[in-house]
Amino acid sequence: MMLMKRRDFLKVGAAAGAMASLYGCAGGGKASGHVVVVGGGYGGATVAKYLRMWSEGGVQVTLIERNPTFISCPISNLVIGGQKTMEDITISYEGLRNKWGVRVIQDDVVAVDATKRTVSLKGGSALSYDRLVLSPGVDFMWDEIPGLKGAEAQSKVLHAWKAGPQTVALRKQLESMKDGGVYAISIPKAPYRCPPGPYERACLVANYFKQSKPKSKVVILDANEDVVSKKGLFTKAWSDLYKGIVEYRNNSEVKDVDVGSNTAVLEFDKFKADVLNIIPPHRAGDIAHKSGIKLVNNRWVDINWLSMESTSTPGIHVLGDAIFPAPTMPKSGHMANQHGKLAAAAILNMLSGQEPNPEPVVMNTCYSFVDSKNVIHVSSVHQYDAATRTVQPVKGAGGVSAARNELEGKIALGWAQNIWADMLT
Amino acid sequence: MKMFVPLAAACLLASAGAAHAADPNLGRNLAATCANCHGTNGNAVKGSGIDGLAGIPKDKTLQKLADFRSGDKPASIMHQIVKGYTDAQLDLIATYFAAQK
Ligand SMILES: Cc1cc2nc3c(=O)[nH]c(=O)nc-3n(C[C@H](O)[C@H](O)[C@H](O)COP(=O)(O)OP(=O)(O)OC[C@H]3O[C@@H](n4cnc5c(N)ncnc54)[C@H](O)[C@@H]3O)c2cc1C
Repeated sequence: MMLMKRRDFLKVGAAAGAMASLYGCAGGGKASGHVVVVGGGYGGATVAKYLRMWSEGGVQVTLIERNPTFISCPISNLVIGGQKTMEDITISYEGLRNKWGVRVIQDDVVAVDATKRTVSLKGGSALSYDRLVLSPGVDFMWDEIPGLKGAEAQSKVLHAWKAGPQTVALRKQLESMKDGGVYAISIPKAPYRCPPGPYERACLVANYFKQSKPKSKVVILDANEDVVSKKGLFTKAWSDLYKGIVEYRNNSEVKDVDVGSNTAVLEFDKFKADVLNIIPPHRAGDIAHKSGIKLVNNRWVDINWLSMESTSTPGIHVLGDAIFPAPTMPKSGHMANQHGKLAAAAILNMLSGQEPNPEPVVMNTCYSFVDSKNVIHVSSVHQYDAATRTVQPVKGAGGVSAARNELEGKIALGWAQNIWADMLT
Repeated sequence: MKMFVPLAAACLLASAGAAHAADPNLGRNLAATCANCHGTNGNAVKGSGIDGLAGIPKDKTLQKLADFRSGDKPASIMHQIVKGYTDAQLDLIATYFAAQK
């Protein structure tokens, strides 16, 4: 095992570090040190760029991501619906490397030692850190759907809830389905990644069927009591645009899957589909579990909202889908990006001996396509509340679209371009 | 080393006097919450159809935000978002963007 010492890696940081501790509280102190970021998705890429940008290169940042390129979940439902290609949602990490000086390593982080402040990589090396950021997204709780535990079963019954090869594979399954077939999508109990995402996917698959396979059906098996997000707007889209195509079933939790017959097993019922798309319940990415930090309900990481730092383990900050969310806060890419900036500001303060900003604000916007052009949004703003020590949604702010519209269809694509640039270039 | 002593003393005073003194980077941090849509430091991607905010005079941005809030300027989403920020926060945001290139 090769242990890379901070000293070796930080060629320029040391002098600045000494200065920073002396200038500590002045606000002009320059932060320095080495921050390791695990996961180059919406949270991780953002924190990496903003740490470099706001420290003007004073803080060294190493980003470890197992995939060679960034592939976006947002807009991936349009690949499944046939409007976009994988190329449209794939972006390289070269911008982070070349423009921002982030050291990007393609590898898997397999262990965290919070006492020694090191992470171990699958490739065999280890890195030491002054502060660690975990933005690993989610991993699936396969124990909850026993029939899908094996790799072969998982290659037949897809989730496509992490954009990548499964996105392409699900599109292929839909293309090869006969007209008159049934596509069923299952939604786990909230909280799950992207509350409106499954309903958006149902719309876009229905849109494809309407145009290419009009005798086919979309069935939504929702474990929740009711539509979790943008309810009025989605149900209106189903009745206006997809009457006779989309069928919504609430309280329909999938307990198991019989892969041989492509059948979802519900509590009292079974449902056989031609294309079965199961989104299993999920929890914080595995590395969060392995690192021994405090979890809520054994699923999500408990964090301090002033710094995104673990409540149990100093020096480890956690972002994005992996955290136990604040009240009404969705697990979204937009929000993970906001977490990244909150954490970057706090880390830079902490690395220069200052307290984190006592009044952080984060906000969210999620756009969903209901057909190839029309979009609906949900938005919210969350301000830190010292009394409850969490960020609380501001009453009277935020909301949803008045109605689906094409203007927001254009804005949604503009949103994607801007957030991708804000993270990666 | 001598020059650092008064500074250290000032630190102690500052932290004792105002436990919740505003962060010197508050404007920067608040403006960053806009960047997902309006671009890093207000530089929106060209051709994305979303307004850039960098270099826009402060008064102009504040007027636009006030019009979103009152409904005088129709919006798809900004009328909802603007209501989540205090006037003091909007002032800091507009000031920060005005200073960006
Ligand atoms: C179909 C779909 C549509 C969506 N649409 C929207 C939308 O329109 N708007 C929106 O805001 N959000 C949307 N989302 C939600 C959004 O994708 C997530 O909320 C967001 O990706 C969360 O960011 P994250 O950084 O927590 O995780 P991710 O973006 O998933 O990033 C985690 C990264 O960490 C890497 N990783 C994990 N563990 C390790 C390890 N041990 N070592 C190395 N690398 C590791 C993974 O490979 C991954 O790249 C959508 C999601 C889906 C599935």
